[in-house]
Amino acid sequence: MAITLSGDSAMPAPPLSSRLTPAQVWGIVLLAPYLLVFLAFVVYPVCYGLWLARAPENYVALYNDPIFARAAINTLIFLVIGINIKMLIALFLSGFFAQQRPWIKWLSVIFILPWAVPSIPTILSVRFMLNPEWGVINHLIFSFTGDDGPNWLNDPTVALTMAIGVHIWKSLPFWTLILITGRLAIPHDLFEAAEVDGASWWQKFRFITWPSMQTLYVTCTLLSMIWTLGDFNSVYLLTGGGPADLTHVLATLGIRYLRLDQLSLAMASIVCAMPFVLPLVYFMMKRLSR
Amino acid sequence: MKLPGLSEFSWRDVATEARLLLIGIPVFLWTMIPIYHMFLFAISPKEDAFSGKLWPDHPTLHNFGIVFKQQHYFLRDFYVQFWNSTVIAASVGVLTLVVATAAAFSISRLRVPGGRIVMNLALFTYFIPAAFLAVPMYRTMGNYGLLNNHWSLILAMVTIASPYAIWVLKQASDKLPVELDEAAVMDGATTLQIFRLVYVPLMMPSLVAIGTYAVLLAWNEYLYAFLLLSNDREITLPVALGNFLAADDSPWELLMTTGFIYALPPAAVYYAFRRYMVGGLTAGAVKS
Repeated sequence: MAITLSGDSAMPAPPLSSRLTPAQVWGIVLLAPYLLVFLAFVVYPVCYGLWLARAPENYVALYNDPIFARAAINTLIFLVIGINIKMLIALFLSGFFAQQRPWIKWLSVIFILPWAVPSIPTILSVRFMLNPEWGVINHLIFSFTGDDGPNWLNDPTVALTMAIGVHIWKSLPFWTLILITGRLAIPHDLFEAAEVDGASWWQKFRFITWPSMQTLYVTCTLLSMIWTLGDFNSVYLLTGGGPADLTHVLATLGIRYLRLDQLSLAMASIVCAMPFVLPLVYFMMKRLSR
Repeated sequence: MKLPGLSEFSWRDVATEARLLLIGIPVFLWTMIPIYHMFLFAISPKEDAFSGKLWPDHPTLHNFGIVFKQQHYFLRDFYVQFWNSTVIAASVGVLTLVVATAAAFSISRLRVPGGRIVMNLALFTYFIPAAFLAVPMYRTMGNYGLLNNHWSLILAMVTIASPYAIWVLKQASDKLPVELDEAAVMDGATTLQIFRLVYVPLMMPSLVAIGTYAVLLAWNEYLYAFLLLSNDREITLPVALGNFLAADDSPWELLMTTGFIYALPPAAVYYAFRRYMVGGLTAGAVKS
């Protein structure tokens, strides 16, 4: 008998063992390790976490916790403002890096460094630069103006802005790289034709580049938003959530509750984010599994 | 095409070049400043580092000596922690490759019943922010009795790395022609032989990309490492770096030196495998 490698057989359902070809038995055996990992470290934790977060009191407690409200607003600012600025810069830079110049090629190799190196030492490096007494920035401010520089990370607005800056520094190369591949996929004769017709660069962008890239751009923006929800390092390592717990985002808030041994609150805060996360995830899955 | 007059040609060129430089120089500075600052600390004596100099009066490798000889309270387990990071990253790389290659082969080539559902579940996990899964994962590892054991971090990182790995490998293996498998079956090859002798060799570039991805992910991971491991001799390097902040008078020049050493291997790996990474990962990361 021939081994079927593709498709389900159209036979009526006999007992399972005889219905499966040897190849399909192997298929199940080979899929088993991932299924085990998935059950033990995704399904079980998620169900257990939801069970911990089941009591309505948790949500009342969250509602009454000003730190939670602040973290939710910070997260929204991080996503809506931070990510859009980042993606606009990435779109702009993808045009810059698509230019054919030897020095731009070299610059693109350097440009990728923030993404290639681990974030911990670089974020801590920025943190020390912003140190009010010893940091290089305030030293420079002092030597130029004779005044003491501000205590950067002590102002929640500035501190959150800096955390967004660190996030952009770290992930800008990745998104620029992806947008460059999108840009290079546009047929070059379109631009040549536009050149002949005397189109300005804005017209070329508006009528050639953007229409070809908008799907990719929107997909990248949404994906970046989902992932940034989980960006723990940028905030935790730069501000630690401070001053006075005013710069937390949902990712660091969950860990803060965990450290305070309030696991059910930590889970409840994550459950609260789900109405926003799940539609985005659903949308992304539709896009990627086309 | 007409030949441009010499002066007209160069003036236009200079103007374009200047505009490009106007973008290029800020991009270069923006990228390099935090990294240069880290490097500056690593080669500066403490007084120079803390006085905001842009280049130390007496550049020195003294800090590296202290780190390599473990001559500081925060550094007393440096080698053990470096080893922990290495072992964990390597284990995550190998395990992710095994789990993901087997799953991708099963879903894409063997068309196992329910494979599509498993793929979608995996994709779903890929999109759930890792920091959200960290909270229940911490508790789960406690229930399994794995806290403070390297296996907790290895298994957690395999869980996080596999969905993307399976997805990229499935995309790549869908592109292999079905005739290859059919021909092998005709020749009497068993499923395992097809896997070993046909599938794995053909998938090599993607496997290299995915292995590198998993190793870097594990080496760079901070959040899970700091939640799951706490004993000084069990933690990985990034957790040790975070612990420097516990003291008010942290030796920042040593912290930056250790951070610099810690950042070198992933940067080297990244640049060594860049060809594979760019081809294999960015193409798979977002399908437009």
